[in-house]
Parts: sequence; C-alpha cells; structure tokens
Amino acid sequence: MALDEIKIGGMGASRRRVEDNRFIRGKGNYVDDIVLPAMLHMEILRSPMAHARIKSIDVSKAWEIPGVRLVLTGEMLAARNLAWMPTLSYDTQAVMAMDKVRFQGQEVAAVIADDPYIAKDACEAIRVEYEALPVIVNPMQAMAPGAALIRDDKENQTDNKVFDWEVGDRAGADKAFAEADLISKIELHYPRSHPSPIETCGSIADFDRATGKLTVYMTTQAPHIIRAAVAMVAELPEHMIRIVSPDLGGGFGNKVPVYPGYVISILASILTERPVKWIEDKTGNLISTGFGRDVYLQGELAVRKDGKMLGVRMHTISDHGAFFADAQPSKFKIGLMHSAFACYDIPVAHLTATGTYTNKAPGGVAYRCSFRVTEAMFFQERMVQAAADDLGMDQAEFRRINFVKDDDFPHRTAYGFLTDSGQYGKCLDVGLEAIDYKNFLVQKEEAKKRGRLLGIGISTMTEPLGAGNSREYDILGIKMFDSAELRVHMSGKAILRTGAKSQGQGHETTWAQIVAHELGIPADDIVVEEGDTDTAPFGMGTYASRSTPVAGAAVAMVSRKIRAKARKIAAHLLEVSEEDVEWELGRFYVRSSPDRGVTIQDCAMAAYSNMPDGMEPGLENNAYYDPPNLTWPFACYISTVEVDPETGVWDVLKVVAVDDCGVRINPMIVEGQIMGGLTEAYAMASMQFITYDVEGNCVGSNYMDYLLPTAWETPGFELHEVVTPCPHHPIGAKGIGECATVGGPASFVNAVMDALRGTGVRNIDMPLLADRVYEAIQTGKDISGAPPIKTEE
Amino acid sequence: MYPPRFNYESPKSLAEAISLLTAGGGEAKVLAGGQSLVPMLKLRFASPEMLVDINNIPGLNYVRRDADGSIHIGALCRHEDLEKSEVIAEHQPTIAAAAPLVADPIVRTRGTFVGSVCHADPQGDWSATMIALDGHIVAQGPNGKRNIPARDFVTGPFQNALAFDEIAIEAVIPAPKGDVHGGYLKLERRVGDFATAAVAVALETSGGKVIRAGIALTGVGGRTINANVAADSLVGSALTIESITRAGELAAAAAEPRSDHRGSASYKRHIVSTFLTRILNNISESTVKAA
Repeated sequence: MALDEIKIGGMGASRRRVEDNRFIRGKGNYVDDIVLPAMLHMEILRSPMAHARIKSIDVSKAWEIPGVRLVLTGEMLAARNLAWMPTLSYDTQAVMAMDKVRFQGQEVAAVIADDPYIAKDACEAIRVEYEALPVIVNPMQAMAPGAALIRDDKENQTDNKVFDWEVGDRAGADKAFAEADLISKIELHYPRSHPSPIETCGSIADFDRATGKLTVYMTTQAPHIIRAAVAMVAELPEHMIRIVSPDLGGGFGNKVPVYPGYVISILASILTERPVKWIEDKTGNLISTGFGRDVYLQGELAVRKDGKMLGVRMHTISDHGAFFADAQPSKFKIGLMHSAFACYDIPVAHLTATGTYTNKAPGGVAYRCSFRVTEAMFFQERMVQAAADDLGMDQAEFRRINFVKDDDFPHRTAYGFLTDSGQYGKCLDVGLEAIDYKNFLVQKEEAKKRGRLLGIGISTMTEPLGAGNSREYDILGIKMFDSAELRVHMSGKAILRTGAKSQGQGHETTWAQIVAHELGIPADDIVVEEGDTDTAPFGMGTYASRSTPVAGAAVAMVSRKIRAKARKIAAHLLEVSEEDVEWELGRFYVRSSPDRGVTIQDCAMAAYSNMPDGMEPGLENNAYYDPPNLTWPFACYISTVEVDPETGVWDVLKVVAVDDCGVRINPMIVEGQIMGGLTEAYAMASMQFITYDVEGNCVGSNYMDYLLPTAWETPGFELHEVVTPCPHHPIGAKGIGECATVGGPASFVNAVMDALRGTGVRNIDMPLLADRVYEAIQTGKDISGAPPIKTEE
Repeated sequence: MYPPRFNYESPKSLAEAISLLTAGGGEAKVLAGGQSLVPMLKLRFASPEMLVDINNIPGLNYVRRDADGSIHIGALCRHEDLEKSEVIAEHQPTIAAAAPLVADPIVRTRGTFVGSVCHADPQGDWSATMIALDGHIVAQGPNGKRNIPARDFVTGPFQNALAFDEIAIEAVIPAPKGDVHGGYLKLERRVGDFATAAVAVALETSGGKVIRAGIALTGVGGRTINANVAADSLVGSALTIESITRAGELAAAAAEPRSDHRGSASYKRHIVSTFLTRILNNISESTVKAA
C-alpha cells in the first residue's frame, strides 16, 4: 500500500522546521560563533563625511597600541591591486577610499588586532584629515547643472548619471494615450529602505600558506557566486577557495553582494597568515551595505470611459548611491521594473529609466523582492487606485475588468514577459468576501460618528519570481540555473545537497519534503546540507524567491533520477521486466500482482548489495535545472485602517491576504513567509525608511532611528489561499517568499488614502508617519518625497 | 558590544557604593538597570572609568505606600514592577498610565524608575510624571540623605542635581490632599521609540474642584517641561470645556519643541494640546460619573 504522504512529511505536510531544534536551543552556528585557533579580529574605520577629499591618513597612533597586528589603508590595498573591485552591475566600487570618500560610512582603514576591543580602540586612534566637498543626496541634486562629479575616478564619466534605459513601445503608447477618454497621473517616491537582518555581515578569512588554500566563513546567500568573485578579485585559483556559509541570521537580499569588509579580511589573513574575523556592527550594516528601493516613480495610465486600460507610461529616477552595485542579475538596467501591470490585460506600455549616483551608500539589493518588482507593483497598485478614483469607478471592479482572464494564458504582457497561469478574479473574490467588502461603507459611517476615518485598500498583483531562465538572467555571465545532489545510503536514509542557501526559509525542512514526495523516503530520514562550496553542488544561491522555483525543481528532478534507477533495481529484485513495475509512494510493485513489491529502502540496500548485472553500484545522482520561465504567483492583499484625524495616527483594523503560489510544499512555512512579508510591507508603509540630511548624514543608522515594527505594532493577518499549479515547474510550485513584501505596501497606503477621501489629498509618500498624515489632512495637500529632516522653526 | 575599557565594581552596601563613588572622583557611574547607560557605552558616547553596579545592594527594590499616603519607589524598582504593582494601580493613576508606555516590554523588565529619572533624558517618561506629581528624589551621600524636588532635580539634558558621590536611593510621591486623578499619553512612532511628544497629568480634586494640578511634558524641549502655568490655570475650579481648552493652549505654549524626523514643532505642540485635552476630558468624565 502506498504511504500516507502527510505522515512521512511529504508535500502538503506542515512539518515542523527541523533547523529550529538548534536555533531555539541556542545551538545555531553563525559566523560569529566560529572560533579558529590564533584568530585575529578586524575593525573597519568608516568615513564620517559623505563627500570629502582625503588629505591624509595618520595611522601611527594605532600602531602604538599593544595587540595591534596590522593597519590597512587604501594605499596598501592599491599596492596589491585591491583598492577597487568590480560590482555585480558592471561598475567598480572602492574597497577602501583613497582619493576621496563618496558616502558616509565608506571604508577608510582597517585594524587587525588580538581582540575586537583593541581593534576598536586603534580605529579611534587613526587620524584622517578630510576636505569637504559638495554633498549630493538625491537624484535631482545629482542631475542639476554644475553638480559636483561624484565618480571622478571613472574615465569618460562627466556627470552623475549611471544610465538611461527604456523598454516597451513608445509610439504605441503615444497612440493609446491620444485615444484615451481619461489620463490618470501619479508621482511617487519609494523611500530607501534597508533589509537589516538581525545578524549583520561578517567573515572569517583563513589563508593557509602551507596548503595555499583560502577558507572563508561568511554571511552569504550565494556562496558559489562569492567563490567565483573571490577567484576573480583576489586572483586565486577557484579550487583553492572554499566558501562556507554557516547558519545565517536573515538575509533578505542584504547578503548577496561582495562587501569591502569580506575582501579586506581576506587580504588581512593572507598578510598575517592567521585567521581574521570581521563582524560588522549594526550601524556599519545599516549605513554601508546594500539598501533597497530609493526610486522616484512617475506614471500615467490611459483608460476608456468604461474602465478599460489602454496603455501605461512610466518613468523612474533611481538613486544608486556612490557606486552602481545593484545585486540584480537581469539584462535590464532597472531590474524587473517593467513587470508592472503584468496581471492586467493592457495592450501597450512604455518605460524610461534614469539612474543616478549620489553620496549615499551603494548597492541596491532586492530587499525581499525580485529586483525592483517591489517598486513596480507599488507603482502599479497606487496608479490603479488613482485611475479608479479619477474614473469614479469601484476599485475592486476596475481591477476585475482589467485582469488577464483565467483562459487567456499563456499571456504576453505589454512589456514582454510571459505569464502562464492564474485565477486572478477568484483570488479577488476570496479577498473581498473575507474583508466583508459589501458592508464596509456601513462601518465607515459608524466610525465617522466617533470622529474616526475608515479606509479600505486593495492591492492585487502577479510578480516574476525564480530567475532564470538562463537566456535572460546571469551573474557576471554565469547563467541562472541551480542544482541538487542526492545520495541515498544503503539503509534508505539520504543526504541532499543543493547550491541554494537558506537564511531562514527552512530549506532543511522543505527540501526533504520534496524528496519524500518523489521517493517515499520519510522526510525525517533525509538530511539537507547547503552552504559549503567544497561539498555543495554549484548553485546561484537564495534570493529573489528563486529557491523553490529553481533549486526546489532540481531536488524533484534528482529524486526522479534516483527513482528511475531504483525502478531498474526493483525489477531485478522482483524478477520482472521494468515495464511491468508500477510505482506508488514508497514502493514498486508488479502490475499484475500488486501484493508483490519492494520498498524504496529495499532498492537502496540492493544498490549496495544486490545490484543487477552490469549496473553501476550505489544510489546517488545530481541534477541541474534551468527553468523554462519565471514563475508567476498572484496575490490579493486587502487592508482596512482607522485614521485619527486629530493626530494623524492610523491603526490597521484587518488585513486579508489571498496568495496563489501554486502547490504548497509546507503550508506552515508558506504562511510564515506571507506573515513575515506583510510585516515588512506594513513596516515600509508606516515607519521604516532611511533618509539623509543635507550634509549626507544617514538618518537611520541605528534601531532608534531606523524603525522596524515589533510584535507590538504589527497587525494580525488573515490568510487565504487559491492554488493554480505552475505549469512548467516539476511539482507545480511558484515563488512565495517575497509576494507580501511586494504587494503589501500598496494595500496599506491605498487604505489610508481611501480614509482621506474628500480631504483633497491624493498621495502621501511612504512612510505614512502620523505627522505626515496629519499635515496632509490639515493642508489638503499631498506629501511628497522622503521625509525631510526639518531645520529648527 | 565593544565599549571603552572600564573598571567594574559590585558593592554589597550603600556605604560601600558611596565610598567607591567618592574614590572615583566624578569618573564613576552608577549602574542600575543599564538600559540607557549600556547602549551609551556600546556607542562609546560614555566612557566612565568605573561602573558601580548597585544591583547587589539589598533593600532597594520596592514600591510601597506609607500610612500617610505617600508612595516610595526604591532605586532598583523596575518599570515592570510598577506596571504590575497593585499599589500603583489602585492609588497612582499617572504612574499607572505611564508604566506600560515606557520603552518596550523587554527594557521594562530591567530598567529602573529612579535610574530613568537620574538619566535626565528630555525624552524620559518618568521625569515628567515626577514633576507632575511634585515628587522628590532622596539622595544619599557621604554626609547622609537629602531630598531634591523633582522640578529642581533635572538641571539640563542628561544632567541632574546629584553630587558625584551621591546615589539616588528612592523616589517619593507625596501624600495627596484630595481625590487623585491622572493620566499619561504618549505619541511614539513605534514601541520603544522616544516620544514625539507626551503629556503627564496629576490632579487632586475636592468637592468637584481642582485643588492641585501638575502637568509636565516629555520630548518637547531640551529638558522635561514643567507646564505649571497650564496646571495652575486649572486650580480652584471644576474642569470645564473652557478650562480644559485653555490649559491645552497654555501647555502647547509652554512646550519648546524642535522640528525633527519625529515631526514639526507645530505638530508636536498640537499633540501636546490634543493629549492634554484628552486626559483632562477623561478625568472630567470620570469625576462626573463618580459624582
């Protein structure tokens, strides 16, 4: 009899996370937990200035402190050709500043000492003389005539522009707009945000002069990419580099790039011939590592009187900081911004994008989103809301009539993506029912009597998750596929390794469930290992919700290869031909005689003890998976809020989430992903942002200024599901890790704007802090741009 | 965290602690809950030569109400102790209202009331309640004890009236002469954030009239603001819509806020008057109900 899949922890089982056993017991093994013999400690001195010429660096006082082993400056790196490094976006980035500093927090010097206290003391003893330069903190300043040139290190760079880029059909869009009954416009700013994992970045570089091998324990979401990058930057042979990414305390995109700290620790280990540990402090993480967003969005939507969308135009101006170090692997300069409007049947679209350098931290990362999809979907749903208002049409109905219909797949979007499946209308219906949309106006009237303003906000979207395919997506030329390696031991227990790298996603739990589903081996019998480039098969790492779409597919495919071999062994054991063998979960049996069968464990034993003549022994294999397309999950998020017009304070009353991520491997983990994503969505809508004052000082350099919502503020979430399997994924799964972060913010902002209906306010840019909401209500005017650091009245 | 080097002492008695402070000659800091001091050490904003940890001194962890009605809070009484205290819940509405709003639940388990007052952060909640309640701090030094009124205790941002060899061992809320009313409202962007603005109110009424009033403001100036003009305007008559509105205007005028990333100065003033009005309206409604 076939096994009960739920009982063996297969697909659909809300299996408890196996990794939590060590995490909740304090037995996790993070980079900072690792202690190597004779290990030294490194601290980085960062620039207090945003834009300044370095006149001199005096490290003599630092050297005088007992216990200091090495003091490094940019000049010493330059002597080894390491002062600059390539970025993932084909720009260069200073490892340490030499000529000038270009943002506050930039690496200026490093001290390697016997313990971190000494290293910190010695950093304070370094004297740097700066000559201030004009500071540029936003794209408008960057593009103003006569603006100071930030990247004077680059030949042929005469202004602060990173790129101009366009996609879509300009002439077609012009025609659609000329024929429109109504053109709705909106201008938005998506503020700079930071992924801020609880564990900061860090590394222990251990260069062994005797063997020539470099081992680096580091906080990375993509160890194999790092190995390739280190081989290129440090000019070391790839087989002599071992990157180990142990347990990670969150990543959210922050741990994809190569940061100067890693490179400096590697050089320090090579020079000292001792292991060198670098653990960034929280401020260092917030002010110098990869941020998210910071994009100005302008757009217009052409619609017909009956509500049909005819065309969309978008223009984005993005702020990339001092170096174009975006960690995004597409061929597109502004990532997947043009995935906007993918869920709507809109005939034509055009996007222009301008990127600028500023004196701010570099490295736009996909902060829990698939490369600018967050900005795209926020723009989309705020634009749709504005157009529904301009038309005087119900916001749900306007979305519904423009959705791509269930039987219109595959559907080519106006910007050229191919969506393949979904039930958009059904998701919306489930959401409207759950929030009791019909009766909302009654509640709104009741609240008005109490002096409170109620609002309801909808956000619906499909987003591209799971890069590749390899045709369009690569990192430094390496195509975006993934792999898995499965070794079944003779007792039927197994070890699975992939090139992905969990940072909290629970791969150790869910990958085993896929194997259980494919092979009938109980999930508890499978150990999952990731993160060590000496043992794990090649993979592009975990970000952009790509693990289940790509590595997860590889896990299914390698399991099927194992099953195919086991089938041959089963035929041998059952003494029938392979064609007469049938499979049910966990067992092969003879078609004509179902009682005669062997288990997968029997086959595993036979692979080592009783294989057919001529068969290669053992039961292990690997699979590389190059996805044919991205996966396209759909989400409908609806929030209701109550605004106190006397203070501008708003509270969330209810949040309903309807997610269609195809087949769910572990529903509990999927729900955790959605709740975490909605929390971050609420964070960005309500409080979480980084801004800079006119001098380029980062406001948001610690958790008193950079606000992450706690359990106290975070609203409850009501989750619902619709399942439309992905047609091209071996187990029908789609990405889910980022949907709620991407789609969530617009639902909150739309809700507050709905509450303010009638005040004349059309837009308040995020975050919707109480004082901004109050000011908008008082003045009846929009509030635009990053919250300014106001000067004294 | 990697603070600058310091010596750590853990005395077992107040006398020992005071002699350590005396020997420290102004370079020693008292460590109670550490919820402000330790972050300052971490950021290297503070670099004392010595920390005198008073947590092992017996007899400092209490909140009690004496027979005369005065309330006494020992130097090691944690915020959470006040939040959970039946004495406070029953007899001291201003402190009861503020206790659940101090910092966040984690900080409240460790941080102390007296330590917070001593820290003299203009954003500290307890200084405002102490001023509104007209409380005093009992300081003990080599020459014995002295009382310092809360309104004189804070001398500037992060500066208090203690001598370097004195320890604040107790906060005292004087016995009321009438029925006790009070409230505390705080606007913060997130739990644990410093106040955008907060208002502490302590009233005593007798025969429907206000016989004593204290109002203090948090986060809207370089120090805790004693809005005594607003408070005095309420004394001598019953709370009315007019008197409440007037007090709100006077309190807003007393505030000295700066525009910053928590909001504009005018917004903060508006919050002060709105919150004061809300607290007084609540008191007014409850006293009407009681009557």
